[in-house]
Amino acid sequence: MAGADQDDSLYPIAVLIDELRNEDVQLRLNSIKKLSTIALALGVERTRTELLPFLTDTIYDEDEVLLALAEQLGNFTMLVGGPEYVHCLLPPLESLATVEETVVRDKAVESLRKISQEHSPVDLEVHFEPLVKRLASGDWFTSRTSACGLFSVCYPRVSSTVKAEIRQHFRTLCSDDTPMVRRAAASKLGEFAKVLELDYVKSDIISLFTALASDEQDSVRLLAVEACVSIATLLPQEDLESLVMPTLRQAAEDKSWRVRYMVADKFSELQKAVGPEITKNDLVPAFQNLLKDCEAEVRAAAANKVKEFCENLPEDNREQIIMTHILPCVKELVSDTNQHVKSALASVIMGLSTILGKDNTIEHLLPLFLAQLKDECPEVRLNIISNLDCVNEVIGIRQLSQSLLPAIVELAEDAKWRVRLAIIEYMPLLAGQLGVEFFDEKLNTLCMAWLIDHVYAIREAATCNLMKLVEKFGAEWAQNTIVPKVLGMANDPNYLHRMTTLFCINALSEACGQDITTKQMLPVVLKMSNDQVANVRFNVAKSLQKIGPVLDSNALQTEVKPVLEKLATDTDMDVKYFAQEAISVLVLA
Amino acid sequence: METTKLPPTSPSSPTTSFSVPSAEKVDGFPRRSMRRARQRRSHSSSQFRYQSSQVELTPLPLLKDAPVAELHDLFCKKLQQCCVLFDFLDCVADLKGKEIKRAALNELVESVATSRGVLIEPLYPEAIKMISVNIFRTLPPSENPEFDPEEDEPTLEASWPHLQLVYEFFLRFLESPDFQPSMAKRYVDQKFVLQLLELFDSEDPREREYLKTILHRVYGKLLGLRAYIRKQINNIFLRFIYETEHFNGVAELLEILGSIINGFALPLKAEHKQFLVRVLIPLHTAKSLSIFHAQLAYCVVQFMEKDATVTEYIIRGLLKYWPKTCTQKEVMFLGEIEEILDVIEPSQFIRVQEPLFKQIAACISSPHFQVAERALYFWNNEYILSLIEENCQVILPLVFATLYRVSKEHWNQTIVSLIYNVLKTFMEMNSKLFDDLTASYKVEKQKELKRDRERVDLWRGLEEQQDRRMQMLTEAARNQRNLQERGERGDPPTPSSPQTSLSDQPEPKPSGASSSSSGGGESAT
Repeated sequence: MAGADQDDSLYPIAVLIDELRNEDVQLRLNSIKKLSTIALALGVERTRTELLPFLTDTIYDEDEVLLALAEQLGNFTMLVGGPEYVHCLLPPLESLATVEETVVRDKAVESLRKISQEHSPVDLEVHFEPLVKRLASGDWFTSRTSACGLFSVCYPRVSSTVKAEIRQHFRTLCSDDTPMVRRAAASKLGEFAKVLELDYVKSDIISLFTALASDEQDSVRLLAVEACVSIATLLPQEDLESLVMPTLRQAAEDKSWRVRYMVADKFSELQKAVGPEITKNDLVPAFQNLLKDCEAEVRAAAANKVKEFCENLPEDNREQIIMTHILPCVKELVSDTNQHVKSALASVIMGLSTILGKDNTIEHLLPLFLAQLKDECPEVRLNIISNLDCVNEVIGIRQLSQSLLPAIVELAEDAKWRVRLAIIEYMPLLAGQLGVEFFDEKLNTLCMAWLIDHVYAIREAATCNLMKLVEKFGAEWAQNTIVPKVLGMANDPNYLHRMTTLFCINALSEACGQDITTKQMLPVVLKMSNDQVANVRFNVAKSLQKIGPVLDSNALQTEVKPVLEKLATDTDMDVKYFAQEAISVLVLA
Repeated sequence: METTKLPPTSPSSPTTSFSVPSAEKVDGFPRRSMRRARQRRSHSSSQFRYQSSQVELTPLPLLKDAPVAELHDLFCKKLQQCCVLFDFLDCVADLKGKEIKRAALNELVESVATSRGVLIEPLYPEAIKMISVNIFRTLPPSENPEFDPEEDEPTLEASWPHLQLVYEFFLRFLESPDFQPSMAKRYVDQKFVLQLLELFDSEDPREREYLKTILHRVYGKLLGLRAYIRKQINNIFLRFIYETEHFNGVAELLEILGSIINGFALPLKAEHKQFLVRVLIPLHTAKSLSIFHAQLAYCVVQFMEKDATVTEYIIRGLLKYWPKTCTQKEVMFLGEIEEILDVIEPSQFIRVQEPLFKQIAACISSPHFQVAERALYFWNNEYILSLIEENCQVILPLVFATLYRVSKEHWNQTIVSLIYNVLKTFMEMNSKLFDDLTASYKVEKQKELKRDRERVDLWRGLEEQQDRRMQMLTEAARNQRNLQERGERGDPPTPSSPQTSLSDQPEPKPSGASSSSSGGGESAT
């Protein structure tokens, strides 16, 4: 303990505070980030009596410094002497909660919420709650905005008189003059409702909710939609119709698309919150309207929810609702004018097949899938392809191959190389879903054809694709199906194709293993070292470097080394360079 | 299987750019403006589709042919006719109706602009209703979510052929010699103004231009709305600064404010000062500052010319928000500072010179030559130069070290020669001080290095101490826990004391080791 005292005298507070006041922002920021070190050096008592007052008084700094400070103070409880003294942290955080910059303020509120939990119930009423009240009645909107986030953390742990005051303050902020504060209040409405007693939810929260949901600014109204989810979850079923539904119906038909968008975006949550009966009577028509909304943004948001909404419909008449109410709208969306809408739909539409079963899928959904698979927008096509597996599960591979595969094959030969590229990227996935037999029969030729595509990016992707296929189907399959074809290209008159052989070998050697590499691939590579084209020769050097680790040391010494040594004396500079590089990497020198 | 979950809409997915024709893909980096220019589109808000049933319009007699007795009645009917909205996205739909409405609007505009005595009281609610129905709408979502007003073509309002005439009518209405503010204020109320202000977010510059003139007239004629308009503009700006960073009409609103500030009475009210400090100055932080900087700087200078005492707030505010990484904005800030210095009072200059010239020195040492150049140009400004000369004793020591250092190491020759000129000017101003500073330059440098070393030492010491203390704290906590557990189990507390004394002994060793490693890391950085 004596040693610690000496340490203290080593660092007078002035020196430390000088560091916190350094002219250079970066140094100041560094010091603030190590505030805990300083506090530890000062000890709990001097942190409380000297450091915190300094911090409280000098809060005028760069926002970045303030942000660091707000964050630090949230973890300071132990450094001021534990929960007993945690209220000492309130004054600096209170100032920080009133600054202009949102990021700083939010961080201060976050820290306040954190340390509120460390207050004893008495301290909460004596120190914390008065702070909330001061913020809630501050002059400038920033402090009132911050207050909104603090009600819910102190409410559950204070006496009923104080609770009444808190409710009153929250009510006032919900009808604040500035839209910024109303937005903050609206966004915390749900959170606050959760900690309130049910009676007060019904008496207080509902009226606030109704008022905010019909605010003159749409930015406030849309936040009320979010609160709607939490409020509906809290209320008993019989009260929902009278207390929540009028407002929700109004929001779903709001004149601002932003509000309707929010309803669409939260639709699944809303659906769960209001339960099956209201869903059937109210939400189904509302959802239909959103799917037919005049604003593409809203339609896209609703289209995104189609699967989830259908999944969560009450099972007893789910199929009937989907078939008569939802599917007609979905059919229209397939030929929507906006590509975002179509692609949103394409990302979920396949999920309907599991819900509707085999027969409906074949009869009603397959035509839609096919239409989307031929959509002019590649993203739509891609979304369909990437979800093929769920349809596969429902209707089986035979059916799928008959109906969808022709379209996929067509896309694989698309004139746009980026489309071909996308299809290649899904090949390993398709192969996995369809199985080796089916693959060999229908897709193998495609995969090989891509190797001689005239676009390099396609050839490259095709090479990579082969590797993934081998990883899926195994070395034996590779040896029988693809290795011969790949090696055959080594004799192609086009040097680009000969190089593709080398690239394939680079990619495949590891997956195929030592045996195939040594016996089948290596001879071909070595033979190509005599190619007339320098590019092929230096790629031979690169390939040898790449496959070297797969070969045994005997092959390396007796076969690879002489060839590389010969290449190292090539007339071409690049060939020499890569040969020498390979020699040194494989340690053959 | 996990690959099925690929997010198809992820922006990084290579497929998102599919629809771009391959011709543009040649260099792989098409300019965004190029991509946009092709698809110059227009959109209209969704209000049209909310009209339940489409009314068939029939042409009415011309206003100029109407007998005087029926003129007002006909005017009213035309106003009502113009409340019908048309679908402009479908450009061939209901061409006849569109033409009838266009003709009627034209007539209304002309009538209000030229003939006297048309605007009688019963027409006010009808006129305002017609205007409201046509212009008030929820603006549609932006076609381009990352709309960049400097690079991209704005999306134009499809219904502009009608909308323009409605705005024109509104403007003529407000400017008419017959216009009676006392009658209008019943219909042009707070709610009306709020909706008008929201329209300033329109992407269509033509619409914003009309709105600007109209709001200016409303502000000029309807005195009761002034405070409300200012307050709502504040709210729009605060939302722009702290919440959305997106609002298309900031420049237009600032332009109006420029002339409003011009008309402020002296002494400035607290409300106006608050507006300057809490709204105008923070507006400088916006990412899109370049779009409205000229208007903003004008407003700021207006404030200074009104009341010189706000100078300090302004300069300190700008210094607080000085751009850290965006050199383009830094140049704008320097431009604004020069505008301010151009009109600054010498007494105010003295109050801010110290922090200001520290920042200017920092700009001079910027590796970006445009920033350095812009700062050095201050010495070409005669008024600023005279201010510097008067306060040479203070300013020269602030900038000397920077000038001296940068003159030796800046990569750009223009900067080096500009600095030589500045140094020469200073030498002529006060050769004694200049010589002293040159002489003490090396000593100061040494001192600075020493301070840096001391700082490193201080932090190393602090961190060593922290390691030790943390260890002690955890030891103490563990001991306490042990004690408690024993106490609960009813064990005798005696064995704990040798343990604590033992735990004290090995303490210096691990802390020494860890501190030396952390110290090493410190000096390396």
